[in-house]
Amino acid sequence: MTATEDEVELQAAFDGTIARNDRIEPRDWMPEGYRRTLVRQIAQHAHSEIIGMQPEGNWITRAPSLRRKAILLAKVQDEAGHGLYLYSATETLGVSRAELTEMLIEGRQKYSSIFNYPTLSYADVGTIGWLVDGAAICNQVPLCRTSYGPYGRAMIRICKEESFHQRQGYELLMTMMRGTDEQRAMVQESVDRFWWPALMMFGPPDADSPNTAQSMAWGIKRNTNDDLRQRFVDMTVPQAEALGVTLPDPDLRWNDERGHHDFGQPDWEEFMQVVKGNGPCNAQRIAHRRRAHEDGAWVREAATAFAKRTVGEASAPVVEEVAQQPSRNPGREGT
Amino acid sequence: MSHQTPDPNDEHGSVYDGLLGTDTSQWAFGTDFEDPLAGVDTTVPSELDAAELAAYCLALGDDALVLSHRLSEWCSNAPDLEDDIALANIALDLLGQARLLLARAAAADPSVVPTLPDGSPVPVEDALAFFREAVDFRNVRMVEVANGDFAHTVARLLLFATVRLAAFERLATHADPVLAAIAAKGVKELTYHRDYAGRWFLTLAQGTEESRRRLLAGLTGLWPLQAELARAYDAGPEVDVVLDQVFAVSGVERPDVAPMTGRGHTEALSRMLAEMQVVARAHPRGQW
Repeated sequence: MTATEDEVELQAAFDGTIARNDRIEPRDWMPEGYRRTLVRQIAQHAHSEIIGMQPEGNWITRAPSLRRKAILLAKVQDEAGHGLYLYSATETLGVSRAELTEMLIEGRQKYSSIFNYPTLSYADVGTIGWLVDGAAICNQVPLCRTSYGPYGRAMIRICKEESFHQRQGYELLMTMMRGTDEQRAMVQESVDRFWWPALMMFGPPDADSPNTAQSMAWGIKRNTNDDLRQRFVDMTVPQAEALGVTLPDPDLRWNDERGHHDFGQPDWEEFMQVVKGNGPCNAQRIAHRRRAHEDGAWVREAATAFAKRTVGEASAPVVEEVAQQPSRNPGREGT
Repeated sequence: MSHQTPDPNDEHGSVYDGLLGTDTSQWAFGTDFEDPLAGVDTTVPSELDAAELAAYCLALGDDALVLSHRLSEWCSNAPDLEDDIALANIALDLLGQARLLLARAAAADPSVVPTLPDGSPVPVEDALAFFREAVDFRNVRMVEVANGDFAHTVARLLLFATVRLAAFERLATHADPVLAAIAAKGVKELTYHRDYAGRWFLTLAQGTEESRRRLLAGLTGLWPLQAELARAYDAGPEVDVVLDQVFAVSGVERPDVAPMTGRGHTEALSRMLAEMQVVARAHPRGQW
């Protein structure tokens, strides 16, 4: 198939926008491969937020203080909010939330493998905030500059909230380290379990990352996996020292020549197994999402049926009557 | 396609920094436990009985704490993301009410707070929430029964928020200025909770046959506990006016089932508390 003159012009305009580091917007022409890559990446990100509610949500009902319960519940709620904006960003590319949810629960789209590791103690809530959200921030800050406008703008808001979460997680760990010996041991044990999976969050080494080059050329991705992993390690080492925990890597040391830390490689075979679905919680996470989705089907059907029935009908005041009790407080839904 | 992208090193580079900084204002929820009543004069007015006030605040606080727990169980389980977020919001509001009310109870009558080992850093609100036995909880049975489906949650929230809102509107002028202020703050929250539940009540009642059947089952199952709820809050006729209005627009009859006898708790509470208290009790000298 040969490109028509129009397509050549459109492609040139698209390439120009990318070259100038400007944003592509939903109504702009874009190559089909660019659109498909974006849908894959944004959906994967949205799914990660939604599946990511589970490992931490696991501890909401057991949070050991009322203040920690409030912090954790608000955090997991933020993740639902992030999922919501990201699904909205994919909707600007012509794919609905319902379709993406189906893809997730049928295992046709992925989410971050980190959430396939279990949370085994309350310290994990802090460690996930510190290391997992910390790694997510390293991955996501560059995406604020990503070439697709709705994605970049969603990422700006998400990064600000993620950075809040990271601080809260670190603050929990600092508080626990000031507590009892048992608490300090819990923190160390948790860091030992999450350190390597956190490093895996940047994806395979550059040499084995098939999509990186095209994604960087399109301005969707801004740094390579190995660059970001290095940045994360350099950022985290002094934080671990301040906290008083040991990172479980015998090869970790400062390299004066490079001006960076040297560090060991995660077990990439384990990574591949988790990606393939054989991690400790893959089946559980998807089963949970599927159950919640299926259990809610009758509610969504009821809402649709009710909305259809009341559209443009005189029965609209029925809603008003309930809604307009004195002293109602509007506008809370989005907070 | 014209928006200049911002330079991340200016605008967002800051998210890399800060964990090791000394600026404590960057920490959401602060860097340490803060008494929710810090800076408030908690002297009990002389015309009030401090023990009675404490018992009353404890009952109001326990209702909020227990229902907040049940609502938080919906997190990652709701029918849609919007409702996951809304139910978490409501759970957070009630948790906030619980913290203030438990702190008020402890300040009014310190003898309500369980004794912890010497040197335990556990704040009073947590001593009350995590180190009391089920038998000492003062909440009504309505809030503790296990979650059913979404319709059950909607029906429970409608009944609870309607009764509690009417009471909080009265309590906003209570002789104890601390309780009055807590109630005034709660009125705004409860108004939203009632509105959220009322909208869903109507939607489920008039949605599909299945949603209507489930809603009626949830409402009928909870109704035997309504009399105890109404009694605990001294509910006046205004509560029935609101409920009858919601029932009428929804085309639902007020259930014709007898109030449940007995008092105290159902079997659900101690199981719920076993889960809620497990980490805190394992570390009575722990800091969180």
